[in-house]
Amino acid sequence: MKSDNFKPAIIYTIYIASTLDKVWQALTTAEFSRKYFSGLAVEAELKVGGAFIVRTPDGSVHIGGEVIECDPPRRLTITWNVNWPGLIEKLGPTLVTYEIEQAGGAVKLTQIQSHDRPIDDDILSGGRQGWPAILSSLKSVLETGEALVIKMEPPQRMLAALKKMGIATP
Amino acid sequence: MRKPEFIYVSYIETTPERLWEALTSSDFTKRYWWNTSVVSDWKVGSPFSLLLNGQTTDVGEILEADRPRRLSYSFHHILNEAARKERPSRVTFVIEPHGKLVKLTLTHHDFAEDSVVIDGISKGWPAIMSSLKSMLETGAPLVIPLDALFIAELDEVYRS
Repeated sequence: MKSDNFKPAIIYTIYIASTLDKVWQALTTAEFSRKYFSGLAVEAELKVGGAFIVRTPDGSVHIGGEVIECDPPRRLTITWNVNWPGLIEKLGPTLVTYEIEQAGGAVKLTQIQSHDRPIDDDILSGGRQGWPAILSSLKSVLETGEALVIKMEPPQRMLAALKKMGIATP
Repeated sequence: MRKPEFIYVSYIETTPERLWEALTSSDFTKRYWWNTSVVSDWKVGSPFSLLLNGQTTDVGEILEADRPRRLSYSFHHILNEAARKERPSRVTFVIEPHGKLVKLTLTHHDFAEDSVVIDGISKGWPAIMSSLKSMLETGAPLVIPLDALFIAELDEVYRS
């Protein structure tokens, strides 16, 4: 898949008292992701073309994707396609990039969500709501050992917009 | 086109009152904000200024102060000449309890047309907000050298 025609729609930057390797592990292993990502398990086959899957606690596939760029522990790009019928046909693929850099005594993590076409603000509201919660909790896990318990309401605005487009949501 | 604005949301294990204190007391800000002091009596209409190592970098006026829920001030960067010439922008903090946590939403908005400060504040705020969260949750702020952020408006500070 070519990623050149994708444009960033959401960027979130967070600094963490940790190491590059630990941040990489937190982003790519189920052991960590279950703690900070609402119990979801990240399974990443860490090579270009490898599978990237996020499973719900019952084992079903919530997000399916493919590794597009893989340069541990500095850069990972994956397709991030939520497994809702009709979503990818209507919205196209979603790309997520993580950039991990040293910034003095901290690690700078930049998360970028990109698309190959203009996406409505109502739909982007889902990611704008979700990413700060996920990454705030990831930071807390790495710094304190404890994830945050962030009770999130379903992203109603996004779900309504998807439903209007004929995409089947839970 | 939509007006440019910078929004940063963070979830922090703390209380609204502690977070308010951390945003408005120099004892706190000096620890997580590169030795920056915040000077104001935090009453609507009062002046506000940020001092970096004793040098005034930004000034403004308190526009809203509803402790510990909402704080808003105008923001005028005065160190860099191009920034000094443009009209002030506006910074708003919204503090909301979220279960046992606090959700902090920072919005930096109402910029002058073709504002030169957007780039700098977009680099600065994530580092400041991350260090604030670390300080409140672990007791220790982050160690991020200011020059790791490459903020053009602060060139003079980097050189000094």
